[in-house]
Amino acid sequence: MAKITLDNLAHSYYPNPKSEDDFALKELNHVWSDGEAYALLGSSGCGKSTLLNIISGLLHPSQGRILFDDKDVTQATTADRNIAQVFQFPVVYDTMTVRANLAFPLKNRGADPKYIADRVQQIGAMIGMEAELDKRARGLTADAKQKISLGRGMVREDVNALLFDEPLTVIDPHMKWELRTQLKSLHHEFGHTMIYVTHDQTEALTFADKVVVMYDGRVVQIGTPQELFDTPQHTFVGYFIGSPGMNVIPAEVAGDRAMVHGTQVDLGKGYDALSGKVEIGVRPEFVTLTEDAGLPVTVRRVEDVGRHKIVRAELFGTDINILADEDHNISPDMTNITFDPARVNVYVDDWLTSGKAA
Amino acid sequence: MEKTVNQKAWFLILPVLILVAFSAVIPLMTVVNYSVQDTFGQNVFFWAGLEWFAEMLESDRMWDALGRQLMFSAIILVIQVPLGVFVALNMPKSGFWSSFCLVLMSLPLLIPWNVVGTIWQIFGRVDIGLLGYSLDALGISYNYTQNTFAAWATIIVMDVWHWTSLVALLAFAGLKSIPDAYYQAAKIDQASRWAVFRYIELPKMMGVLMIAILLRFMDSFMIYTEPFVVTGGGPGNATTLLSIDLVKMALGQFDLGPAAAFSIMYYLVILLISYVFYTVMTTIEKKEG
Repeated sequence: MAKITLDNLAHSYYPNPKSEDDFALKELNHVWSDGEAYALLGSSGCGKSTLLNIISGLLHPSQGRILFDDKDVTQATTADRNIAQVFQFPVVYDTMTVRANLAFPLKNRGADPKYIADRVQQIGAMIGMEAELDKRARGLTADAKQKISLGRGMVREDVNALLFDEPLTVIDPHMKWELRTQLKSLHHEFGHTMIYVTHDQTEALTFADKVVVMYDGRVVQIGTPQELFDTPQHTFVGYFIGSPGMNVIPAEVAGDRAMVHGTQVDLGKGYDALSGKVEIGVRPEFVTLTEDAGLPVTVRRVEDVGRHKIVRAELFGTDINILADEDHNISPDMTNITFDPARVNVYVDDWLTSGKAA
Repeated sequence: MEKTVNQKAWFLILPVLILVAFSAVIPLMTVVNYSVQDTFGQNVFFWAGLEWFAEMLESDRMWDALGRQLMFSAIILVIQVPLGVFVALNMPKSGFWSSFCLVLMSLPLLIPWNVVGTIWQIFGRVDIGLLGYSLDALGISYNYTQNTFAAWATIIVMDVWHWTSLVALLAFAGLKSIPDAYYQAAKIDQASRWAVFRYIELPKMMGVLMIAILLRFMDSFMIYTEPFVVTGGGPGNATTLLSIDLVKMALGQFDLGPAAAFSIMYYLVILLISYVFYTVMTTIEKKEG
């Protein structure tokens, strides 16, 4: 187990990167605390797998250093770093039995046979495959194979970190839940530093202590699920986290007021004069559809998802989502919306601007 | 539910029947026809029953040729399969040099059998051939027209030169289909180079290797042109493989009956061995799986 420090790290797949656009992973400084569970969340191609492969040593970064507990491992091989990694698609040694698969990493490191046997049994129980331990891996289903991959990742107790690259993509939904819970309890039990790459926000939010949101090769926010929900640092975070995501509306901000197409919106805080692209962001949870005054909208569709209703509407030509309680009756007269002032965030050039308490 | 009966549909398979008849059944039947008759020329035939088959089964000549043939196939398989795999493992996986190697590897496969034979026939000659002359100059006694060992060595090296590429290309295709994640996982599991080969590469290559072995077996078992051009079956009968012997019998001696009986048995042997090969290999694979 180790603390992992990324120092001035960046990576480009081009041999001679010229502009910032050539970098798949833009300059990054970050410390992954020992024993915490992180989720790396972002859409496809945002650089999260690149970052993971750099940490595991499968890729060598174009610039910067990686430190494990203050020891520079930038040039160290994967084996020397002593990490475990589970990949998106199951990687099993087809011709071996499940037991031999699980024992493989320990055997290669010359562990004591007695210890191997015990440990494999234990892991077999953990992934719920005790009955299949002596079966060949080849004939198994994709999710059984992925469970073996997970098991192989967890079999070594002394790893510096456990890395997961979207490991549950091929797993059945009910099994997904179970395995995620397993991973989480495993984390509580052994306190490994875990980094879990995913593009599924539910997975990220349920698994991790801290979620690292990546966008376009950059880490845009690191925070607890609550922080990501309440104060998204970047409009992408607001939009990406939440279902549906945050509404982002162009506005002019002056003091503790915002003007949206000539209509006034109260803000919870006061702001100095802002320059650049100014927008306000408000989550659908904090938008209320009313018959009274407010911003005029055209309701296009109401989706009843059981525990609440999602209202899809249009505000001066841009889409806006509103979350209404299940018992909130939506009538044709409701053509205005209001925001909860305390929950309106202000963004300048996509980044959150903090205001002063009004 | 009432089914519509329309026997006219049978006509639709007529083209296939005709094609197969002309390409396989009729030629094969003419051989069968010869094998049960005797002739003294002038296109007059006498019924001979299974006599020729009995005679062939008792003929040392055929058993000897079969023995040589089996030895030839066994030797080239033992050399070509591991060598092909070894070459494939060491080929660059991508980029210019990968394509370059692929082209280089396919070159021997594109050369007509006859030409391959001629190349090696000349290459090995002691008087003008580079190989023969060099060996001779080094004091190594090498003469494939007189020395059995030299003759065998020549045709085996020639076959290895000609066909190892096929095994290598098939093995390479098998290797290319292995996702990167397997190698990465192996690195993380700290697997040795041998373990990577044994537990990742070999199992993933098994399918194509089986095809390679089968193809190489059948081809080598039927080989004719190249050894015929190089040694003509000699010295003596030392490199007279089955098909060389067959042609000698059928066209050299014009023993149509025995030759026909011979070829039918030859065909059945290939069929049988291929079947056994295939069955054994698929059961091995099932057991592994």
